[in-house]
Amino acid sequence: MEKQLMKGNEAIAEAAIAAGCRLFFGYPITPQNQIPEYMSKRMPKLGGCFLQAESEVAAINMVYGAAGAGARVMTSSSSPGISLKQEGISYIAGAELPAVIVNIVRGGPGLGGIQPAQSDYFQSTKGGGHGDYRLIVLAPASVQEAADLTYSAFDLADKYRIPVLILGDGMIGQMMEPVSLPTPKEPTSANKPWATNGAKGRERTIVNSLYIDPVELEQVNLRLQSRYDTIQKNEVLCEEYLMDDAEIMLAAYGTTARIVKKAISELRKKGIKAGLMRPITLWPFPAEQMSKYADKVKAVLTVEMSLGQMVEDVRLAINGKVPVEFYGRTGGMVPTWKEIAAKVENMCGGAK
Amino acid sequence: MAIVFEKSKVLTDVNTHYCPGCTHGIIHRLIAESIEELNLQERTIGVAPVGCAVFAYNYFNCDMQQASHGRAPAVATGIKRALPDSIVFTYQGDGDLASIGTAEIVHAAARGEKITVIFVNNAIYGMTGGQMAPTTLPGQVTTTSPYGRDVAHCGYPVKISEMLSTLDGANYIERVSVNNVKNVNAAKKAIKKAFQYQADGKGFSLIEVLSTCPTNWGVSPVEAIEWLEQNMLPYYPLGVYKDKEGEKV
Repeated sequence: MEKQLMKGNEAIAEAAIAAGCRLFFGYPITPQNQIPEYMSKRMPKLGGCFLQAESEVAAINMVYGAAGAGARVMTSSSSPGISLKQEGISYIAGAELPAVIVNIVRGGPGLGGIQPAQSDYFQSTKGGGHGDYRLIVLAPASVQEAADLTYSAFDLADKYRIPVLILGDGMIGQMMEPVSLPTPKEPTSANKPWATNGAKGRERTIVNSLYIDPVELEQVNLRLQSRYDTIQKNEVLCEEYLMDDAEIMLAAYGTTARIVKKAISELRKKGIKAGLMRPITLWPFPAEQMSKYADKVKAVLTVEMSLGQMVEDVRLAINGKVPVEFYGRTGGMVPTWKEIAAKVENMCGGAK
Repeated sequence: MAIVFEKSKVLTDVNTHYCPGCTHGIIHRLIAESIEELNLQERTIGVAPVGCAVFAYNYFNCDMQQASHGRAPAVATGIKRALPDSIVFTYQGDGDLASIGTAEIVHAAARGEKITVIFVNNAIYGMTGGQMAPTTLPGQVTTTSPYGRDVAHCGYPVKISEMLSTLDGANYIERVSVNNVKNVNAAKKAIKKAFQYQADGKGFSLIEVLSTCPTNWGVSPVEAIEWLEQNMLPYYPLGVYKDKEGEKV
């Protein structure tokens, strides 16, 4: 398919349409506004529905209703708006509904700023709302990957009846790159016998997350956990870059991983054998993939646009076998390759 | 022997958890009969609230979704937009609709969302044990207004039917009561009309039903009916607040 020059936000929207999504509920917030704007143009022409909700809280509950009715449905927001959606996300997880949620992350906490950040890692991967639940969290590092991951997010959501979060930083949302869009699929609500779409010729269905009997609620949680175990086993995605001979492992995701790649190529010119482990699924986290290098490398450096969130998962994966250091910028500041390279050189005791 | 009365087939065959003397049961029956008489059962998806009616999904014999507190109109919007030919109703109490869910109900009405809302107003939080509601009357004693609702301290009750009827998007709004046979019959007529409007593709309808809570009001069922008549009816006048179709006649 021929390539088009698109913003990450637009590519995410078009990829969702290609995946058969015909319902979008959102609320304006920078830096993700191109997603609802794009949907507001496209959906009426496709017989779909774009609706600007009165709040992020309403938008995520519209997603709950539409997902429960068997539709492929998406919402998008940015950090403060995603915080507002957490109630609904917990209910969607509890009611075992498939839905896709996009977070184009900006600096926080509070109103924070509007520049790119990765400081919502904890919220995304450790349970942003209440209860024992998980989201599949996908972290694209290019516009192409943003499109591809959004497209596959709908299949993952349907397969496991789980909300899937696309976690892109503001840079991914705003930058333009050539992208080859995925093949369009027709919308279908087939294979969703649990959906509430009118009890005609069948028993009634109920979409619900309330289990007042603790014996039953524990069983529901155990059942969900076993599904999460399957996801952990089958759905981990991770890019390994120049790891074969690496003595220093860098760990980074999203935009930061691209900056890290530039740092690695400069470090290698100086004789420092650095490589990159880039988680594409932040949950399930590629812990096994990382841990197999724990005996091979001398040290690990995690780089994030935060003050250290994913680094905790990297440390768990490395399990104390080698030092795991951290370098990050935050509040909307983006690390440069020079800063990262300097940190690695410092860890190695200077250039070789 | 000839059968003279049967339970609606749109109600399931289970006991409800409602307290003795509570009028939720009557309101459930009126909704079920309306759906059955209009032959809408196979197209209907109901949305249960948080509050006393949280288990409504166990009682209505149609597809149901359970919503988080106050969000039923947003959930109903999602269902209706996904399935425009379906019949979608929400069943919400006064805490759910008139307090935590005010944004969702106002904007569903403003959009003219083609749904039917049954709003049960009993002037108190029932499920959580009798706290002050947005519809609690001035001077009314609850567990969080133990000296009576002091309007100088916490303001006045919210009159939902009056408020929403000012919105152009609202199609049909009526306040009814289930305190006696005459009013139950009038309530049935209003509820059925609200479902008929939706079946005809007409916009947003809300029926506010004044209801009793003997348990949390701390009175007998008979006294509760009397309390409703003496206190709620004067403050919340019954009647049609908006009927776009009726206006055309």
